[in-house]
Amino acid sequence: MSENSLAIRKFSDLANPTRFLALADRVLPWFAALTALFFVVGLWLSFTTEGDYQQGETVRIMYVHVPAAWLSMMCYSVMALAALGTLVWRHPLADVSSRAAAPIGACFTFLALVTGSLWGKPMWGAWWVWDARLTSVFVLFLMYLGLMALNRAMDDPARSSRVSAVLVLVGFVNIPIIKFSVEWWNTLHQPASVLRLDGPTIDPEFLRPLVVMAIAFTLLFFTLHIAAMRNEIWRRRVTSLRRLAARSAGREA
Amino acid sequence: MMSHAAYVFASYGIATLTVVGLCLWVIADGRARQRELRELEASGVRRRSAEATTGEPR
Repeated sequence: MSENSLAIRKFSDLANPTRFLALADRVLPWFAALTALFFVVGLWLSFTTEGDYQQGETVRIMYVHVPAAWLSMMCYSVMALAALGTLVWRHPLADVSSRAAAPIGACFTFLALVTGSLWGKPMWGAWWVWDARLTSVFVLFLMYLGLMALNRAMDDPARSSRVSAVLVLVGFVNIPIIKFSVEWWNTLHQPASVLRLDGPTIDPEFLRPLVVMAIAFTLLFFTLHIAAMRNEIWRRRVTSLRRLAARSAGREA
Repeated sequence: MMSHAAYVFASYGIATLTVVGLCLWVIADGRARQRELRELEASGVRRRSAEATTGEPR
């Protein structure tokens, strides 16, 4: 194999954007198909399993709310890892990854907040309360919006990437606060019932659709993230090509 | 007060709109960037690495 080969043999090979684009082209159809498959099964399970004896039909909101909330935190963790990649290893794709993830994370956080509100009204009698869990997730939503604004405000990715990475890492302190808020403080929001040290306390009837939907949402995230990263690489190529064109036009003049 | 089913459908409806909207935005963004790249290439602007090899590796 020649030096210019586009084959990916080790993780560091992904640092080459052209290699990443080739890989994205290959895996995206599979990821999209798997996502669709899991959503079909997940949605079917969500509407065919029994309702809760106390909550009735509203328990079905959980199958959207919990995966969205889980992704809102996972997406930020992916961004924090990417921020480390930018600051420590200066991985060329790290900033691309972090930038592409922010709008996706914002959408999932928005979904977690809205579906939580729609679940809270019939079950708690309130659309919103300022308890520790809800407030910390709202802060996460604001952080996503802030990062998106910052990324858009600065034209040159080379300069904005480090500022943005530092901010992402500072904001990461919010993730354990969200996770443990229901244990550290007295909240209206219930404590964890799936990811617990002593195993899930939720009935298998509800756990099955929940797990399938969580996998579907996670696959959806990775599909969108890879596609958004590809878009970001293209966007940067367009910018650098336009600069190149402007420079050569200047020389000719 | 809405019925419980209304809350469920509202949740799934908003989730569907958000997810479909996000997917469409990503697809539209990708198409627009590819169009720009094609236009630049058509006007003769090429990446330096593309000049060295056999053409623009997408």
